[in-house]
Amino acid sequence: MTSWTAANFWLIPLLPLAASLLILGFAKSHRGVAIGLAVIGQLTTLSISIAAFAWTLGTPGARGVQNFTWFTFGEQAVRIGCVLDPLAAAMLVMITLVGLCIFVFSKGYMAGDKDFSRFFAYLSFFSAAMLGVVIANSLLLLFVCWELVGLASYLLIGFWIHKPSAAAAAKKAFITTRIGDLGFFLGLLWLYRSTGTLLFYDNGNGCLESAGLLAIGSSSTFIALLIFSGAVGKSGQFPLHVWLPDAMEGPTPVSALIHAATMVAAGVFLVARVYPIFSLGAIDGVTPSLTVVVWVGVITALMASLIAIAQADIKRILAYSTVSQLGLMMVSLGVGGVAAGIMHLLAHGFFKALLFLGSGSVIHASHHEQDIRKMGGLRKLMPVTFVTYAIGMMALSGVPLFFAGAWTKEEVLHATAHWPKSQAPYFLMLAGVVLTALYMTRQMIYVFYGSQRRNIDLQSVRPEGLEPAESNAAENISAGRTGHSPMFRPESIHESPPVMTRPLIVLAICTIGLSAVLTPAWPWLHDYLSGESAHFDFAQLIQPMLFISLALVAGGIALGVLIYRRAGLTDPLQQAQPALFRFLENKMWLDELYAHTVIALSKAAARVSNWMDRFVWDGLVRAVGGIGRFLGSFSAGVDERGINAVVDESVGGARGLGRLMSRFHSGQVQLYLGAVAVAVLALLLFYAWLA
Amino acid sequence: MTPTLQLCLIISAALFSIGLLAALGRRHAIFILIGIELMLAAANLNFIAFWRFGPEPQNPTGVMVAIFSIAIAAAEAAVGLALVIAVYRHYRTTNVRRFNQLKG
Repeated sequence: MTSWTAANFWLIPLLPLAASLLILGFAKSHRGVAIGLAVIGQLTTLSISIAAFAWTLGTPGARGVQNFTWFTFGEQAVRIGCVLDPLAAAMLVMITLVGLCIFVFSKGYMAGDKDFSRFFAYLSFFSAAMLGVVIANSLLLLFVCWELVGLASYLLIGFWIHKPSAAAAAKKAFITTRIGDLGFFLGLLWLYRSTGTLLFYDNGNGCLESAGLLAIGSSSTFIALLIFSGAVGKSGQFPLHVWLPDAMEGPTPVSALIHAATMVAAGVFLVARVYPIFSLGAIDGVTPSLTVVVWVGVITALMASLIAIAQADIKRILAYSTVSQLGLMMVSLGVGGVAAGIMHLLAHGFFKALLFLGSGSVIHASHHEQDIRKMGGLRKLMPVTFVTYAIGMMALSGVPLFFAGAWTKEEVLHATAHWPKSQAPYFLMLAGVVLTALYMTRQMIYVFYGSQRRNIDLQSVRPEGLEPAESNAAENISAGRTGHSPMFRPESIHESPPVMTRPLIVLAICTIGLSAVLTPAWPWLHDYLSGESAHFDFAQLIQPMLFISLALVAGGIALGVLIYRRAGLTDPLQQAQPALFRFLENKMWLDELYAHTVIALSKAAARVSNWMDRFVWDGLVRAVGGIGRFLGSFSAGVDERGINAVVDESVGGARGLGRLMSRFHSGQVQLYLGAVAVAVLALLLFYAWLA
Repeated sequence: MTPTLQLCLIISAALFSIGLLAALGRRHAIFILIGIELMLAAANLNFIAFWRFGPEPQNPTGVMVAIFSIAIAAAEAAVGLALVIAVYRHYRTTNVRRFNQLKG
């Protein structure tokens, strides 16, 4: 069984792909068949993934590699392959397990949608591409799957194609990530030029092994930074994070699977995968490229958690929290805590999927209302959602002991504190911890506590002089897909069906259960990822740093309760600091900044090209045309007077012929093409007859 | 079944015929474009097949020709789509049966 897994783990991404193709091909109008195929594909992949995980766990230090030649090109052979190591195996299990929960949840969430089958085909397709990214043993294969993941994300963000905002968000996500991918591709080419191979592991000849690293030499900083730009785009790091919050236009299960749990983690995974290139030539664990990674992560984490405080859309708050958590993971990788970063990625995958599905349950129950200011008091109406959401919230905020996120966050902070270059990232990350606790408390209070505020009209309670910011938020919300009035009867809110709550419960159990295996007392996952053997040491459980973050988390939550306890429709922060609130609510005006710089620049370039086309090139053409016209009128004069008389005679015959010919000109292009095809066929037959 | 020249040519002929059928039979301009792309693919397949089973398979001439031809096909597809869009703006339809301004 185990050897079978080691030999056949390349099946993992192919099963969901097959499911996706089967659904698109044969089950478009059969909902039951579609969901069945998708879930069966995901289940078998999950079981192979678990077997693969067990295999890597059972044979420490082993690395399953399968390479084969894709195509040969003269002397050069392009080779791709799959690799199964602890990093890949842990990711495989997380992706397939979270994916399965989300597939089941979607069955309930998307039940009323007419494109139900298409949705599951896309989800399976995404799953296949993401698993391909994880097991790729070649940067080329990884890049191909990376782009397929981008395509899946595009298709799913724009799933409700009749909604203009969804189409715009899909385009924005695709184009923004493409900017980063251009850098990634250049880095890939540079790497190939230096090492002559794109395989990661190839019996000592791969680009991540000693020979390859030697060949990279001093260009490692540039290659690493170019590859990192791909990760910046995909993982929503500053300055390419702007697409991720807009990506919340897609259905909520999509947000949970792609834009929170798995795909956005691909950037972090990529950095971890090619980490030897980043850390090449490190002095004391610090290289220029890793320093860039740290600071990009720090800026992203802080900026996103500040913006999250002032958002009103339940999904956007979670989106910004995802951006900030991804920043945290990048910091961890940058300071050298690779295992810590990946552990946080895995834990984050579970609890963020839980939070998103919880928000999906809330949105589903409140008839596609997404403004947290119009919710409230849902604690009693939706008990299961409330409890699971609270577990997710505490895991995200980092409440210690029982929640997975806390331990991994602790590991990350621990790694950051020991960065030799500067202490600043550590303190900034601690500030981020407080902010995270604060905005999650705000969200909990608005959604689940207090009284129901949804019958109050937002317009009437708007404070003086604050209209533009408000209307911006309100617009985002009323662009909901049904377009019905945001006012509805509160008594119609009820708990979601079991098909939706059960995945929540499973994910909540995973979140708590993971905390038992992620404690620093028994760091087996940490050592498994970094290739050492674990030993149990209870003294490691309680560390002084734990108390610092405990105090900070408690402070953040208490602050949140204090500020938002009596919160009404206007945010307390908005009343206290209207200017600051507007700055944050409008996402620090980064979208506007881009619109006025990058986008304006490319529009100007387009305008210049247009002008060149119209006047310069067209002018040239016109000038040439003018000469021709002059010659033409000259010869026309000769014609009229001299030759015409002769020609007139013969024209009569030509006219008759022309009339005859014009009958063949039906104006149907396909007839013309058919005539050409018949003529060629006749020619062929003629030659065949000659021979 | 080992690939032989005959097999490749049969597949390519089949691909070409399918493409031709699509280009002649479909009413939607985009499907006609797709048909043309299929015919191009058949031609590429022929290039590769004749190179692979030809006298000098070690020189990558066939691949180079095919790669150039794919690049040209991409450009052609872009131009074709742009034409479809332009024509659509004019006629408000993509049914080629309705494009009969050239009728004599």
